[in-house]
Amino acid sequence: MLPTHTAAESEEQIEPLLSVRDLSVVFELDEGTVRAVEGVSFDVHPGQVVGIVGESGCGKSVTMKAILQLIETPGRISRGEILYRQNSTGPRAIDLARLRPRGALMRRLRGAEIALIPQEPMAAFSPVHTVGQQIIEAIMLHAGRHPDGRPISRHVARAMTIELFRDVGISIPEQRIDAYSWQLSGGLRQRAMIAMALSCRPRLLIADEPTTAIDVTTQAQILALLRELQNKYDTAIIFITHDLGVIAQMAQYVVVMYLGSVMEEGPVDDIFHAPRHPYTKALLRSIPSLYGETRTVLPVIAGALPHPFNRPPGCPFHPRCEEVISGRCMRAIPKLQPSGARQQVSCFLYHDPPEPA
Amino acid sequence: MTGLAVQEVPTLLDVRGLRKYFPITRGFFRRVVAQVRAVDDVSFAVREGETLGLVGESGCGKTTLSRAILRAIEPTAGQVLYRNRQGKVVDLAAMSGAELTPLRRDIQMIFQDPFGSLNPRMTLLDNVGEPLLVNGMRSRRERTERVAELLRLVGLRAEFMHRFPHAFSGGQRQRIGIARALATSPRLVVADEPVSALDVSVQAQVLNLLLELQLRLRLTFIFVAHDLSVVRHISDRVAVMYVGQIVELATTEAVFARPRHPYTVALMRAVPVPDPRVAATGAILKGEVPSPAAPPSGCYFHPRCQFAEDRCRREAPLLREVSPGHFARCHFADQLLLQAGE
Repeated sequence: MLPTHTAAESEEQIEPLLSVRDLSVVFELDEGTVRAVEGVSFDVHPGQVVGIVGESGCGKSVTMKAILQLIETPGRISRGEILYRQNSTGPRAIDLARLRPRGALMRRLRGAEIALIPQEPMAAFSPVHTVGQQIIEAIMLHAGRHPDGRPISRHVARAMTIELFRDVGISIPEQRIDAYSWQLSGGLRQRAMIAMALSCRPRLLIADEPTTAIDVTTQAQILALLRELQNKYDTAIIFITHDLGVIAQMAQYVVVMYLGSVMEEGPVDDIFHAPRHPYTKALLRSIPSLYGETRTVLPVIAGALPHPFNRPPGCPFHPRCEEVISGRCMRAIPKLQPSGARQQVSCFLYHDPPEPA
Repeated sequence: MTGLAVQEVPTLLDVRGLRKYFPITRGFFRRVVAQVRAVDDVSFAVREGETLGLVGESGCGKTTLSRAILRAIEPTAGQVLYRNRQGKVVDLAAMSGAELTPLRRDIQMIFQDPFGSLNPRMTLLDNVGEPLLVNGMRSRRERTERVAELLRLVGLRAEFMHRFPHAFSGGQRQRIGIARALATSPRLVVADEPVSALDVSVQAQVLNLLLELQLRLRLTFIFVAHDLSVVRHISDRVAVMYVGQIVELATTEAVFARPRHPYTVALMRAVPVPDPRVAATGAILKGEVPSPAAPPSGCYFHPRCQFAEDRCRREAPLLREVSPGHFARCHFADQLLLQAGE
């Protein structure tokens, strides 16, 4: 049995909405192969907010693209499963990794059941159509049916869009619906993007750094809005960010990634108050706080991120690790294993029983 | 700075009533229809060896202000009084280009984008050595020696000087940018969001480097950033900007322990705390930053301020000294009992 299963079942008996199992994504370039995602596993339960945190190049965005089957050539999913349960009570799970990216089923799921809030709404909206037109199109394409199966009219879809705008806190929605994305401020643009993502009542929402390009006071508004909508619709969210503060405030369950692999995962409180992996610990120490000592030397993680072509052998973090076990960490790759009641760590410090060297 | 009495340290830069307006023009005759008040009556002083943090959200004028100090853009009005190496006070804002040239080496800038601020077609030797060449160091051998010294100073290997910027990571490029800023041995360094584009672990390395260099080279910093925790970490004093104006200015300790302006508090509360046990506190600031082309009447912050009264709508508050060394632009700065949280 896979370790992620045991952890999930001890908490609740509900089947996960999404199970990523041993996912690997490679990019085959002329210069060599980049293993962007390497054996990633995690679960997302219905209505749960899972935070994925990591620095640039850790594979968090590629993982999300894999779930949506949006990996562009020369990249491809080389291994693993992405099990998605269309109906949480039924046993049927689809392996998204096996679906054709442009196939009918994947296109039906994308946007309708699994929606994305991208980092830069300016780039995600078309500048030559109004934001309203784009959302109405999504509604008519995916959710546009009356209970009796009749397709809904553009008129009704427009009314739904105005209602959505009101839901996400856009004032004077009747006017804003006819605005172009470049006429809206950054905060409004991101709200419109959230309205679009929620337009088809998705069961899984992927938010890829949704507040990174926004100012702090607007970010606080957007985060509060996402929390409120998540409660209201009980949507599961995968929240990707590099900001540990945002993760702490948004996620219930946290996955820490480094160089394409999961270093540690567990409930948010354990990750922040009882981190186990040396990388998680080092990351938490290196952020200046609003309450700590000022003008002191911050603890740093030694060295730099290796180049993607030069993935170190063994544990990807070992060259920078303070607690490296010589002769072990550079030879074998530690597996993600349960550590304590709720966490899982991929580190030899916690491997039990110790593997023969 | 701590440990030294404030009066003992001489002022290096004294900015008085600085303004930068950008005209909005219409029609064939480019008639001026409005002014964007990007920097609106800003005054502050920076003492030698200290770090002044300049914090605010996008569009608050912090970048325009830092560029106006360097005369990278022409200020509309105001004085930038600089005490030069001979101890004489000169007004940078009033000087001609030729008069300014010898002073350029004293004030240098570190940019936000480590990818865009280096010339991709020049080696590090030329990138870092260019300010030296401009400032009259003609001998290539001399320049090579100096660049090697600078690279070592910022924690890079001297052998790197023959490589091109693309070979380096974001953190390394920011070190290169710092080396270039230090090439002319400046006294004042204006750092515009120097760590915003960097990953958390790299950000800590660069912050440590800046602190170390400041002590070693007795540098004075103006540190522009939007991240409050970073500004708090590195600054001796902090100026908070909102719509082109400084709304609060005090020592870092005072700003964070006893903020006097409601906007400062809102800004602090908006920062997500990296601890799940500390829930988001207090009311979230509503609305958005107003346009500096059409700011609200009275206090610019009043439409978003939970304490706003009639007077705030009518009368613009002045930046005044609420307690020694603590300035705030709020009518009720000494009456409100504000707390940053926790």
